[in-house]
Amino acid sequence: MSLNSKIPAGSIQEKWTTYKSTCKLVNPANKRKIEIIVVGTGLAGASAAASLGELGYKVKAFCFQDSPRRAHSIAAQGGINAAKNYQNDGDSVYRLFYDTIKGGDYRAREANVYRLAEVSSNIIDQCVAQGVPFAREYGGLLSNRSFGGTQVQRTFYAAGQTGQQLLIGAYQSLERQVALGNVEMYARHEMQELVTIDGKARGIIAKNLVTGALERHSAHAVLICSGGYGNVFYLSTNAMGSNVTAAWKAHKSGAYFGNPCFTQIHPTCIPVSGDHQSKLTLMSESLRNDGRIWVPKKQGDTRNPNDIPEEGRDYYLERRYPAFGNLVPRDVASRAAKERCDAGYGVGASKMAVYLDFKYNIMHKYGKAEATKQGIAHPDNATLYALGKEVIKAQYGNLFEMYEKITGENPYEVPMRIYPAVHYTMGGLWVDYELMTTIPGLYALGEANFSDHGANRLGASALMQGLADGYFVIPYTIGNYLADEIGTGAIATDHAAFVQAEQNVQSRMEKILNIKGAETVESFHKRLGKIMWDKCGMARNEKGLKEAIAEIQQLKKEFWSNVRVPGAINEFNTELDKAGRVADFIELGELMCVDALNRNESCGGHFREEFQTEEGEALRQDDQYSYVATWEYKGDSEFELHKEDLNYEIVHPSQRSYK
Amino acid sequence: MEHYTMNLTLKVWRQKNNNEKGSFETYQVKGISSEMSFLEMIDVLNEQLIVEGKEPIAFDHDCREGICGMCSMHIDGRAHGPWAQTTTCQLHMRQYKDGDTIVIEPWRAAAFPVIKDLAVDRSSFDRIIQAGGYVSINTGNAQDANSLPIEKQKADDSFAAAACIGCGACVAACPNASAMLFVSAKVSHLALLPQGAPERKERALNMIAQMDKEGFGSCTNIGACEAECPKGISLDNIARLNREYIGAMFAGDK
Repeated sequence: MSLNSKIPAGSIQEKWTTYKSTCKLVNPANKRKIEIIVVGTGLAGASAAASLGELGYKVKAFCFQDSPRRAHSIAAQGGINAAKNYQNDGDSVYRLFYDTIKGGDYRAREANVYRLAEVSSNIIDQCVAQGVPFAREYGGLLSNRSFGGTQVQRTFYAAGQTGQQLLIGAYQSLERQVALGNVEMYARHEMQELVTIDGKARGIIAKNLVTGALERHSAHAVLICSGGYGNVFYLSTNAMGSNVTAAWKAHKSGAYFGNPCFTQIHPTCIPVSGDHQSKLTLMSESLRNDGRIWVPKKQGDTRNPNDIPEEGRDYYLERRYPAFGNLVPRDVASRAAKERCDAGYGVGASKMAVYLDFKYNIMHKYGKAEATKQGIAHPDNATLYALGKEVIKAQYGNLFEMYEKITGENPYEVPMRIYPAVHYTMGGLWVDYELMTTIPGLYALGEANFSDHGANRLGASALMQGLADGYFVIPYTIGNYLADEIGTGAIATDHAAFVQAEQNVQSRMEKILNIKGAETVESFHKRLGKIMWDKCGMARNEKGLKEAIAEIQQLKKEFWSNVRVPGAINEFNTELDKAGRVADFIELGELMCVDALNRNESCGGHFREEFQTEEGEALRQDDQYSYVATWEYKGDSEFELHKEDLNYEIVHPSQRSYK
Repeated sequence: MEHYTMNLTLKVWRQKNNNEKGSFETYQVKGISSEMSFLEMIDVLNEQLIVEGKEPIAFDHDCREGICGMCSMHIDGRAHGPWAQTTTCQLHMRQYKDGDTIVIEPWRAAAFPVIKDLAVDRSSFDRIIQAGGYVSINTGNAQDANSLPIEKQKADDSFAAAACIGCGACVAACPNASAMLFVSAKVSHLALLPQGAPERKERALNMIAQMDKEGFGSCTNIGACEAECPKGISLDNIARLNREYIGAMFAGDK
């Protein structure tokens, strides 16, 4: 199959407008006869389900958590970008588009990204209208802050809980549609298989996680909004339940997977404290607005950080990247931290951490400003500190508290210790301009698709993309497909394809339970995570990737012969659910390594050690790899590469520079 | 900070499903690090149970960073355990010392039936939101965000109420199993904003009616909900809800 990205003709500014004016429509009476399944209720899923319900489609939404409000979008901290230019600092749709393409290291599709920037303003309007309590200035208008990879202030936020407030807004809209009868909600349900009939997506097999019963649900279109696959690394900032199963099952049913190796390692996370660790916690990128990152100039310096004088500190981001300083993109900041730690300058017990220090801004930025406001002429240091601390507290209080609960240290007094951790996956199901995968009628939205962030996502852009896809893109593009489905009628769930799909799920679960081996699911997951982090993590090379592929294949064999899962199918069995997810992660992990091995270049979050500049920056090979690597599942450990060439008509790829 | 390891005795509520009776089981866990989170300690116990051929303890959890609201353990008689303004997943083992005994139960409330062990069904909260916890605006109808200035103090107060994570600790802590703090947080979040004004009266009436229908108890001003709320939702919200409700009841134009 050849890949058709269906990018509309015309200038980049006109593409989306032209598309919206010319795509097919479904009239209100026909919408009521059409069913849509939405898998996942994070920002993308909840906003899509609510918006499609409002339009009059019959929607069924699924989430594995006990309520749609728990989806992991809720944990996003820092903010959401929009090209409002409320700050009068030179922002525009074009700038947001340009920053996103450049930030993604020229591996994203221009037309999609331009559309994303175009609808970004509508998202803020919509969320405010829903009652999302964004931060405001004293004049009553919305406040903005800066995020990495940009030189304007375009990030809207609600303290350190922006994702929570946006998700609750979408969740409330979703629950309103549930109350109106337009959406049926299936919480504690997990998609186990995609059902296709005559090549079209026609439904799913879902497992009721409380009773263990398998259910057949049919629809005229299926939307995968199940988030990213960072948990393939075991340790990540994802929620414990975040998984790739829905997307992976779609892939195995024929949907191509785009750029699986593009993983975002976030520079500011709380470091690993020991083998018991079950997950990692992010400290928002917004902290880099006010925190300065440094390590001691002396290797192995074990002094208390507060005892190290200014001249003994290496503010390495400010040193290496004076133009962007602490606000370089995430991939650049992460690699710089790794470089310092690998060179022996790391801090803390593990020596795998750097400092994020707020004292300078507490004293000199906020303390001084507050003193001036309050008319204190010659404030002493203690006064400056006390005044500045209150400002920092108002902006990041919840993050500082979270840090203290986890580490037992007070970050107002002692600099935070941070280290990069897996946070987001830019790769995902390949989609065209309409967000449709290679299976007709199957769509992927939000983090589950590959589309907008190239090889590196900029901060505060995930929330933007999830909501753009759900509120403002899919309501238009899905009609273009469903207009041809108005005569299809209800799809019977006793079709052979449903019977077969359900049988496959049933036998797989039985197989897992019957192994009765010696090793727990958790143990397999940890082993997979170690392989992935060591060999397909922040730095990758040919030798390591080849080893990783062999090791993962071996791990898969062991899993299917030695895993131990207690309990039965027809009950609430969280171990069995976890086993299914880990089995899928193992298969995905192999594909990620295959993809990373194929891409003989460094770009964004994908850093192949063989391809770097003299200064250690990522070295792209545009003549050979300016394409989306799109993989077709051909059978166990067999993947076929298809390429979607990326044509840059507007932004001409160059070596990214943040110096 | 000094790190240490400890051995603990755990008394955990086990219940196969909603139809069967539950009881406490006692377990020993060894070598728990003071750096672990409480749920990582439960992970250790579960791994141990699986290896012994027993069923692991079912419990709800997801984000493990205190924001999703899914974790829900009653620890030594307190919702989310002994730390103030902390969810179970953010409670860390440095709270405990070698030899301690810890009692772990599910949320207990008629409107939160037990599903298995420590996991309960909180879908009643979703139904309360369905009764009116939203602004009725369809996608695409919005005006420019800055055309609606909102007094900073009001916006901040609204945000403080909107910080509720819907975990249900307020219900679990309340001797009456009342959901007033949860309902009042949502009513306050929207009542404090101009966007919430058009539906303000109906919202208060309908959400309270649904709360009663779900079988939550009445509020008798005990204040345990506020004390145990991991997000510090204030009792002031309940006062506001009462004002909203009474105002709506007697309003002629509702």
